[in-house]
Amino acid sequence: MRDVLQIGGKELTSRLFLGTGKFSSNRLIPEVVRSSGAQVVTMALRRIDREYGEENIASYIPGDCILMPNTSGARNAGEAVRIARLARAAGCGDWVKIEVIKDNRYLLPDNYETIRATEILAREGFVVLPYMSPDLTAARSLAEAGAAAVMPLGAPIGSNRGLKTRELVRILIEEIPLPIIVDAGIGRPSEAAEAMEMGAAAVLVNTAIATAGDPVSMARAFGLAVEAGRAAFLSEPGEISDYARASSPLTGFLRD
Amino acid sequence: MKITLNGRDEALPEGVTLAGLISFKGINPQSVIVEHNNKLVKSEEWDGIVLNEGDRLEILRLVGGG
Repeated sequence: MRDVLQIGGKELTSRLFLGTGKFSSNRLIPEVVRSSGAQVVTMALRRIDREYGEENIASYIPGDCILMPNTSGARNAGEAVRIARLARAAGCGDWVKIEVIKDNRYLLPDNYETIRATEILAREGFVVLPYMSPDLTAARSLAEAGAAAVMPLGAPIGSNRGLKTRELVRILIEEIPLPIIVDAGIGRPSEAAEAMEMGAAAVLVNTAIATAGDPVSMARAFGLAVEAGRAAFLSEPGEISDYARASSPLTGFLRD
Repeated sequence: MKITLNGRDEALPEGVTLAGLISFKGINPQSVIVEHNNKLVKSEEWDGIVLNEGDRLEILRLVGGG
């Protein structure tokens, strides 16, 4: 059976989405994309500044990848909509990751404004993937608003703390008839694998790869973990028991 | 003449075109996205846009992000 993830009319064979922030050099990015196997790559739109250098990040992303600009920096739906429209007009395509954040300490998303932005952009034909705090009611509203997938956080952005929201993400996976993509907080490949074993459709990883000692090798590790977790999910893991259940026969022992 | 460039006041001589400003700032035209009075303008149009008092200009770039 061919296992593909369908979003926005595209068929993805990789379930690892990659963020491009915080790499020590943009020159690493093509190799990181290749070793991760990622087919969807995120980026941000900013006013020019010496801090960001003179390069357009898109020129480092292999041409066959789907670009998914984010709306980071937006503090309300209106700002997110503006960024999304600019990115599309600039040639980034129809995909957009909605990110609306007012809280600077934990960078937790504003679900209400995110729903409003999703509604507007979905109506304009965008493929909208909203980053959200895992909440069932908000996720249902996002689905009704036309989101193509829902992206709950695992832990605060860039924290590498792992899948802290597992119980809430599990509920979204069960209840929401859209791909659930765990975005933010995943720090180790084992955590990515756990999300996939639970039935997440994909994971989005940036900091854990970008800040690793060897980002290219870590990207490969995440790619393998996501594949392993997905294969495990599809294989229907066995039952969990409180007591031992012998794996070897309990008869025919060689003893008196 | 004053315009607002990326949210800040910027004094410019009269008659400067958008293309002229980009080149004066030493910006690689391939690497930026320009919004003029809330409308995205493609690089082919920059030559024909003469900046006026009170214009709002955003010069943006795609950068790494998650």
